[in-house]
Amino acid sequence: MKNVLTICAKEIKGYFVSPIAYLLLGLFGLISGYFFYSATAFFVMSGMRQQMMGSQQPMSVNEYVIAPLLGNSSVVGLFLIPLISMRLFAEEMRSGTIELLLTSPVRDWEIVLGKWAGAFVMYLCVLGVSALNIAMLFIWGSPDWRPIATGLLGLALQGGCLLAIGTFISTTTRNQIIAGGATFAVSLLLWVLSWVTSYNEAGWAQVIAYMAIPTHYEPFAKGVLDTKDVVYYLSVIFFGLFLTKRSLESLRWRS
Amino acid sequence: MIKVEGLTKRYARNVAVKNISFEVGKGEIVGFLGKNGAGKTTTMRVLTCFLPPTEGKASVAGFDVLEQPMDVKRNIGYLPETPPLYPEMEVWDYLSFVAKLKGISGGDIVKRVDEVCERTAIGDVKYKIIGKLSKGYRQRVGLAQAIIHNPPVLILDEPTSGLDPEQQLHVRQLVASLSGDHTIILSTHILSEVEQSCSKVIIINEGSIVAVDSVAALHKRGRSTEVVAIEVAGGDSFQIKQALEQVPGVARVVSRDSKSGNAAFEVEGLENSFIRPDLARSIVHAGWHLTELRTVGESLEDIFLELTRAEKKEVEVVTK
Repeated sequence: MKNVLTICAKEIKGYFVSPIAYLLLGLFGLISGYFFYSATAFFVMSGMRQQMMGSQQPMSVNEYVIAPLLGNSSVVGLFLIPLISMRLFAEEMRSGTIELLLTSPVRDWEIVLGKWAGAFVMYLCVLGVSALNIAMLFIWGSPDWRPIATGLLGLALQGGCLLAIGTFISTTTRNQIIAGGATFAVSLLLWVLSWVTSYNEAGWAQVIAYMAIPTHYEPFAKGVLDTKDVVYYLSVIFFGLFLTKRSLESLRWRS
Repeated sequence: MIKVEGLTKRYARNVAVKNISFEVGKGEIVGFLGKNGAGKTTTMRVLTCFLPPTEGKASVAGFDVLEQPMDVKRNIGYLPETPPLYPEMEVWDYLSFVAKLKGISGGDIVKRVDEVCERTAIGDVKYKIIGKLSKGYRQRVGLAQAIIHNPPVLILDEPTSGLDPEQQLHVRQLVASLSGDHTIILSTHILSEVEQSCSKVIIINEGSIVAVDSVAALHKRGRSTEVVAIEVAGGDSFQIKQALEQVPGVARVVSRDSKSGNAAFEVEGLENSFIRPDLARSIVHAGWHLTELRTVGESLEDIFLELTRAEKKEVEVVTK
């Protein structure tokens, strides 16, 4: 476990001594800031209009600002996650530093878990920017904190899944761009799998839709914490890391 | 300390190492000699548990590389051909990361990092970013990384490649200073390096071992007769040659070029003869000036080329 922390800490430092962390935080801050601004502006405008029309029903911040904001964050995450995970192994294989890790008294799963955890913390930092936006709403309003908490948890789990897949893909190539591109393609595919149910109601379509990543995010966004969805995310993470470990082992036989 | 038995490593299409066996005792410095692509790096990678052997066995400090890789890794310090450095890290940060990986406990890390920095003379760049260091410094940081946990076995893959002569000397001295309590295998294709720092040489060619011997024994291997280089001033070169040919025990005399303009020869003696005193006497007797007289030993270069070439001929015959 100590080794996991060592590798994780090194990865986190690796993000912050290179421009990548600042690029990610900056990009995400800009995009989610824009979303936040437009959602809030729209909310304020329609709120005023409703008041002028004499409506007694107050509008819900959760429904009109926070839910779409978190939904957008998850889509932006789709683009940013490959940027986080692509370097994990590809860079080490290109520069030869993988030889240091694989010849140190560290188990393969410790390397895998450490690397993934480092990337996950980086992703949480990115999410933190979004959380910061939402926190501002508490200054002037009193949104319900529960759907926010579950929403953020859902985003974290979702990101963890995609990162696990990205980590695996990163072990298959020494080229970071290929790793990033392939991760993006696979993530996008997992994203749009849910579309099958829109034109097909058969049993197999349901199964495929169940495998889609956003399918399991919806309950989180509504403030529902369903074990089924948590289990889905955790098992995808586990599966991705398991594949990574196998791939790392095979590196010794392949090379 | 290191034992390799019948080791074979096959890649998808080619065989990198064919059925090699050797042993390295405690405290020995062994030079692993061979051309590029001879199988040096592959053998080292098997010993460090980076690659599994296809066939055969290898053990380090009594631990098998397949059965007990964690114990093997704990006992080995390894410097790959390209030092495994993270260019964005600072030297001390990198070394403490490696120290943690190698299992050094928290309290000792700073002490160990300071020690190896001093040992490898990188103290002055301790807070610099690795990516900005010169090649010589990087190589030394790589070496510092390999010795940080004070392992009983050190495996160094071409530790001096790409360095300037002064830096090479420094690395060689460093390796020599480590020799006492470490068993060292170092690979190289620089022969003088082996002559200077190694007690034993393993010559490997196209995946097979062609010679395992001490440096001195390898030198002896070359010739059974004595060859003497001789330079004489103050006489006609034809006359001198004739005089030399008449010395008892001389098999033949060959003229050679001389930069000084004096007459120069290479004299080969008969087997088991000792011709130097007689040569000197005959020259002085004739009233000429003897300006040079030395035994020409066969250089390690020649032996190396001979051994690797002989092997190649055999292979050619087989393929024909």
